[in-house]
Amino acid sequence: MKKEITVTINGTPQTLEVENRLLLVHLIRENVSLTGTHIGCDTSSCGACTVLIDGKSAKSCTVLAVQADGKEITTVEGLATAEGIHPIQEGFKENHGLHCGFCTPGMMMRIKELLEKNPNPTEEEIRWGISGNLCRCTGYNNIVKAVQYASAKMRGEELPSTEPEFVS
Amino acid sequence: MIPEHFGYSAPSSISEALSLLKEHGEDAKILAGGHSLLPMMKLRFASPSHLVDINNIPGLSYIKEEDGRLKIGAMTREVDLEESDVISTRYPIFTDASKLIADPQVRNFGTVGGNIAHGDAANDHPAVMIALRAEVEIAGENGSRTVPIDDFFYGFYMTAVQQGEILTEISIPSLGERAGSAYHKAERKVGDYATAGVAVVIEVDAEGSCTKAGIGLTNVNPTPMRAARSEEVLVGSKLTSEDIEKAAEYAAADCSPSPDLRGDEEYKRHLVNVITKRMINKAIQRAS
Repeated sequence: MKKEITVTINGTPQTLEVENRLLLVHLIRENVSLTGTHIGCDTSSCGACTVLIDGKSAKSCTVLAVQADGKEITTVEGLATAEGIHPIQEGFKENHGLHCGFCTPGMMMRIKELLEKNPNPTEEEIRWGISGNLCRCTGYNNIVKAVQYASAKMRGEELPSTEPEFVS
Repeated sequence: MIPEHFGYSAPSSISEALSLLKEHGEDAKILAGGHSLLPMMKLRFASPSHLVDINNIPGLSYIKEEDGRLKIGAMTREVDLEESDVISTRYPIFTDASKLIADPQVRNFGTVGGNIAHGDAANDHPAVMIALRAEVEIAGENGSRTVPIDDFFYGFYMTAVQQGEILTEISIPSLGERAGSAYHKAERKVGDYATAGVAVVIEVDAEGSCTKAGIGLTNVNPTPMRAARSEEVLVGSKLTSEDIEKAAEYAAADCSPSPDLRGDEEYKRHLVNVITKRMINKAIQRAS
């Protein structure tokens, strides 16, 4: 049981014949070979597979590829431009917002929508905003700082310090 | 994990969807937000032979007040409730609930109609709708019918929505000036089902007597439950702390929680008692 669909992935329209039961995350990773989007829990808990569908963050392990017909998908590979990495990526880089990096692509795609809706979130809003993304390395503090850095950069404000905090 | 094979249609009108449901019979399922159904299909707990995706049907997503009622389209996403001004100013019970449902990504997809039509007592909207005395609009081959929320939940995963029908709207009697509403659930972590949840709607008159009370309970009964005795204690009362204490005791006594990983029966009854008190007080505070 197959269906022909047209999806635009990171700006490139693609027409593909897919099985009805193919999950969007598999379409992205296997049919289109964009492996930046990760499969973590496969049960819509961890957020590693988060991509944007028409600008809205979604857990792509719980969306069918056929549901994406006619939609625009943005994956982590769509963040950087010819001018360089995205402020969100820069925030993670400057603030050690990752250790192993497995959650990072999903985390960044979630943060992209968060900052579009709320360009200057409070720490609490950031923590609620990424509550659907699990990170088992960082303890989240540096991710919060990465978001604050990206938020400042995207608003053209002075960048917060990237010095690590030591807890005694 | 990949679901079993299934057929897929994405109709663009209710009537088209209804004829597809008829054509494919008992094994067809409606795909709304999909964040309850698809995980079940991936685990092979559900294997529908055909999915009727209603996401492309226009006109099923709205929040509006008209004819003395608040009307919510079945395909309204949780995120729309979370961000709606009408909801946050007049019906904060929904804002309370939607913030506690799953996580931001899931709320971008999950729908209010799906949350109810799934028929799971662990979902949050059923208790909220019970407290608000909602009515559910169901479209079928022979037109639409309206079902009061108290007659909607039949059992685990079973509701008044029959084979070949689609839930299209939830409508709620508009809350008056002196009404307040609140919802809270205890959960182990973000995205978990409620250990126990309580939805409360209170309306008072100018003298501070309670004229209306609605109390719904989440995940402490085989079906979403109205705490009827608690409501009776409150209506006509001056809402003294003794009345509130009594209402909370009745809610804790009348529910029927099952022990599981979230806690034993005694603990869950205790939570119902505590949350009922807090939500009554919060609703009263919001009413004034």
